[in-house]
Amino acid sequence: MNTHIGVPRERQAGETRVAATPRTVEQLRALGYEVVVEAGAGAASTFPDEAYVAAGATLGGPDEVWAADVVLKVNAPDAAEIEGLHEGITLVSLLSPGLNPELVDTLAAKPVTVLAMDAVPRISRAQSLDVLSSMANIAGYRAVIEAAHAFGRFFTGQVTAAGKVPPAKVLVAGAGVAGLAAIGAASSLGAIVLATDPRPEVADQVRSLGGEFLGVQSAEAEVSASGYAKEMSQNYNTLAARLYAAQAPEVDIIVTTALIPGRPAPRLITAEMVASMRSGSVIVDMAAAQGGNVEGTRAGEVVRTANGVTIIGYTDLAGRLPAQSSQLYGTNLVNLMKLLTPGKDGELVLDLDDVVQRGITVVHRGEKLWPPPPVQVSAAPAAAASAPVRVPTEKKRMSNARKLTLTGIGVAALWLVNAFAPQPLPEHFTVLMLATVIGYYVIGKVHHALHTPLMSVTNAISGIIVVGALLQIGQHNNVIRALSFVAILLASINIFGGFAVTRRMLGMFSKG
Amino acid sequence: MTAQSIADAAYIIAALLFILTLAGLSRHETSRQGIVFGIAGMAVALAATVGLAVQNAAAIAVTLLVLAVACGAVIGLWRARIVEMTGMPELIALLHSFVGLAAVLVGWDGFYSVEHNAAQTEYTGSLLHIHHAEVFIGVFIGAVTFTGSIVANLKLSARIKSAPLMLPGKNYLNLGALAAFALLTGFFVASPNLPLLIAVTIVALALGWHLVASIGGGDMPVVVSMLNSYSGWAAAASGFLLDNNLLIVTGALVGSSGAYLSYIMCQAMNRSFISVIAGGFGMEAPTSTQTDLGEYREASAADVAGLLTNAKSVVITPGYGMAVAQAQYPVADLTKRLRERGVDVRFGIHPVAGRLPGHMNVLLAEAKVPYDIVLEMDEINDDFEDTSVVLVIGANDTVNPSAAEDPGSPIAGMPVLRVWEAADVIVFKRSMASGYAGVQNPLFFRENAQMLFGDAKTMVEEVLRAI
Repeated sequence: MNTHIGVPRERQAGETRVAATPRTVEQLRALGYEVVVEAGAGAASTFPDEAYVAAGATLGGPDEVWAADVVLKVNAPDAAEIEGLHEGITLVSLLSPGLNPELVDTLAAKPVTVLAMDAVPRISRAQSLDVLSSMANIAGYRAVIEAAHAFGRFFTGQVTAAGKVPPAKVLVAGAGVAGLAAIGAASSLGAIVLATDPRPEVADQVRSLGGEFLGVQSAEAEVSASGYAKEMSQNYNTLAARLYAAQAPEVDIIVTTALIPGRPAPRLITAEMVASMRSGSVIVDMAAAQGGNVEGTRAGEVVRTANGVTIIGYTDLAGRLPAQSSQLYGTNLVNLMKLLTPGKDGELVLDLDDVVQRGITVVHRGEKLWPPPPVQVSAAPAAAASAPVRVPTEKKRMSNARKLTLTGIGVAALWLVNAFAPQPLPEHFTVLMLATVIGYYVIGKVHHALHTPLMSVTNAISGIIVVGALLQIGQHNNVIRALSFVAILLASINIFGGFAVTRRMLGMFSKG
Repeated sequence: MTAQSIADAAYIIAALLFILTLAGLSRHETSRQGIVFGIAGMAVALAATVGLAVQNAAAIAVTLLVLAVACGAVIGLWRARIVEMTGMPELIALLHSFVGLAAVLVGWDGFYSVEHNAAQTEYTGSLLHIHHAEVFIGVFIGAVTFTGSIVANLKLSARIKSAPLMLPGKNYLNLGALAAFALLTGFFVASPNLPLLIAVTIVALALGWHLVASIGGGDMPVVVSMLNSYSGWAAAASGFLLDNNLLIVTGALVGSSGAYLSYIMCQAMNRSFISVIAGGFGMEAPTSTQTDLGEYREASAADVAGLLTNAKSVVITPGYGMAVAQAQYPVADLTKRLRERGVDVRFGIHPVAGRLPGHMNVLLAEAKVPYDIVLEMDEINDDFEDTSVVLVIGANDTVNPSAAEDPGSPIAGMPVLRVWEAADVIVFKRSMASGYAGVQNPLFFRENAQMLFGDAKTMVEEVLRAI
């Protein structure tokens, strides 16, 4: 009998997502599994039961679903669900094991296997299973949409017959996946987007999405080994707070995304900063579920402050795009099942020597395996590599200073020589200098494909040195004659050979 | 109006024509016109100089002059006709060495006609001292260019090993040679004599030889353009010596051209000019830990043919390996066949591909690949995402993803062709050996990459047959 996968309807209030869509059901079946979907499981995500049946799933009640060998869920199981877990079942869902130690202990008391989808290590191989990334991406987009909805004005600047509309200014705190998605969405709506992040290396990513990166001027540049943000030092936080305090009255919308895995969210925006914002401004606190980055956020609610600032603390931003979230989450699950089904034969194999599989396994056959050993892999450079990374920047700075000194010495030497030398030396230097500058600009325009012809033609014209030998061959001195003869011979080879070979090369270039 | 003033006027015209030559090369359309300007400029300059030289020269001198020019012309034209396009780097290096040697000889001439000639009255006082220094500097630059180019030529033509020579304390040797040069110049200006001139020539010859010998084969694009620059400065130095503005202008043009090309090359390798000249790529570079990169997959010619015929767009990124295997003709045939089938074929050229700036462009042009589908790295890098198949032919380091993704890699930060973003990548390669930089290439182990082992030419021909 084939292994069954059960997909229950989510019980948690307000949850709109589902762990499998008709499309992922097909993919799961291709891996050799039978899929049982609870009737009505996809209704909130606009996937009707018939679509699941058409994709090859069977419909069933809760009992049939929970009787399956593997259960795929979105949210952590509730008490009733944990109670009903049968022996040997493998449960896959979001768990936040770091934040819910009691839940992990309760689960570990049962002879079951539990995999946490939100504990996937951040290594490139595991990106296809990384739920946090896929959900954060959706949530970041939605955060901007929510903000736009609550904001009483356009995002884009316009000049209309009825007057000029200034563009909205959006500040995104944290340029992780969610932050980047928010930056992209806000800038494509036409807003001016500013973004902050402790990691200076994300500046390019911010710019690539149309945002402007506001760096915190701190000596402490963060290089994260785990790929996630970590808590910053006191000094950094003071500087960052100054930056936020300066920006708060300037911007219309703030989206905060700062989350540190397994810790309460850092407080970025204080009540004073909120009070300093203009009336009508909007804050979306994407960390509301973990306590919020903003003072005054209430998880799951929209708060209006006395000075007219709206603070949105929705915790289900990803769930507000249910069809999309379900599809991406479902695909993450399919990728996980691919990893766990090396034979593509419907046989689930858990390999605890693999860092990815070890990382997500919270409970294995009733044995608690949380927390997993740390995985040192690179979204950012590993600690060992970070030393050589810093060296070049330092070197560059030094060589800049050296460059300046050298240039200074060179200019001074040139001045000295010309100040004291008799004619015609200054005249020669004038010619040399002007010709060098002309040469630089003329060459700078040469098409890259013509660099080889350029070299051969400069070869030919540097044969002009023949002039020197020609002028001297007339001297009545046999040594000079002999030397000049050889020099003329060599330079002539250059002149004729150089021009001929350049002509030959240029003749070959043809347009299609 | 004297003969000298006529010649000077002609020199100004010639200098202008040379500037127009280089300006003409900025576009394909005007490049041939540029050559015409160059030849015209050279003709004007030669005519004026010869006119000046034969005025009061002995018959023997005129005969020698004509003989030298004629011999030079014959040899030059003959070499230009027979050179293979893959052999361009060697030829160019050799031509640089001629300029260098000519500059040395002109410097020696200057010595014999002024310093060694008690009867001369043209130079007196401080002008004479300046002349001493000019002779010395001209000879020095010329000699460095000469031996440097000879070594570059030998390395490029594989007559000596291209691996960098590692003498102990090589940087000190170079610095020592420079210090010796400065010291000798001081002595020579004080009392010019033949032994000092011989000494500086030897020091410069040794320095040129050592400088290039300690640079590895893969850095040759930089070396060749650097020597190009030196040969220009050598000519400019001769101009100072002979009080001739045309030589100064031309030398400066050539010198800045070479310097600019070296700068582009260095940027393309993300390295400072000094570090290339000081030699040694693998020397200080930390070899990144040998991580297990996984398994590579091998493809057959028939698989590749199938991929190509079903592709919508194909990008070919050639490297030095294509030149070595002489694969440009079958590659051009492949391009033509695919284009006839409606496949969008383009080429992506990394600035340091090959052994000469623009080397790949010349090879492809030789094989009649239209130049408008041969694009620069920056022009094509954003298009890889939408490309169905990339053929990497004999390139390695220029397509290495670790340059972009692994900050610990010795080539970290070097701009590379992002071929791995394409749907499929086929790598034509002789073996799994690493590239010039000695860095393993994770591209080969990517899921979308497949290897086609063998000689590039044979393999491309096999793919052609299978289409």
